[in-house]
Amino acid sequence: MWVYEKKLQYPVRVREANPRLAKYIITQYGGPDGELAASLRYLSQRFHMPTRETVAILNDIGTEELAHLEIVGTLVYKLTKDASIEEIKESDFGAYYADHDKAVYPVSAAGVPFTAAYLQSKGDPVTDLQEDMAAEEKARSTYEWLINLSDDPDVTDVLRFLRQREIVHFQRFGEALDLVQEHMNSKHFY
Amino acid sequence: MHEEQLRLLKEIMAVDFSLVELNLFLDTHPCDQRALMDFNNLCCQSKALRRQYEQCYGPLMACSDAPPRIPWGWVETPWPWQIDYGRS
Repeated sequence: MWVYEKKLQYPVRVREANPRLAKYIITQYGGPDGELAASLRYLSQRFHMPTRETVAILNDIGTEELAHLEIVGTLVYKLTKDASIEEIKESDFGAYYADHDKAVYPVSAAGVPFTAAYLQSKGDPVTDLQEDMAAEEKARSTYEWLINLSDDPDVTDVLRFLRQREIVHFQRFGEALDLVQEHMNSKHFY
Repeated sequence: MHEEQLRLLKEIMAVDFSLVELNLFLDTHPCDQRALMDFNNLCCQSKALRRQYEQCYGPLMACSDAPPRIPWGWVETPWPWQIDYGRS
């Protein structure tokens, strides 16, 4: 189970309304390499991990991804809440606004709704951990591109924090993969 | 949010982030004594800071050290996306 804490993992500041930037950042909420896909992937895969360490790392990184989902949702909320209809019409955000107003909804930057097809849970721990390492790298790249698109230094600061977490998660999954391979290559006497 | 409340909240956020980071490290290095000692120290620090925050400013979790009040503090205090975190 989970318990909610009334705080963010990292403070989210934005300089001013910026619906254009929100339209890009929403992709880390419900896009192919976003935080929702990440949390569902790890929290689903954890049931079939063969060692105690790897169950723990998937459980705990999957949980941290939910905190990141909240950070990304907060970015979108803060970037749009004071945006005027004129600002929305002038930005890329108009197409999103037509379907969702300023509500936070899991879609990619191009407007494709979230789908479970973004993730796998294969039952083979080596396969799953390889996917997880690739997923962290894809998310890191996405944060790089979002940093390139950002014109708000406060938003860039949050994106840098999230990018750094992907690097740490990649490292931990690499260690988990080593542990699983060691486990599979060892002789099992009972 | 008042300056002192925000300062304390950000201190809790920082300590709790260190706990998340050490938690992940310990998952794959469960015999690392230094990391475990750091984790346990920060855990005590976090509990003390939370107690102080909740007694003054209301609950961080539904079941909390906040003094009882009507209406219930959980629905009264701001949600994390509503907070202005000030200048960095």
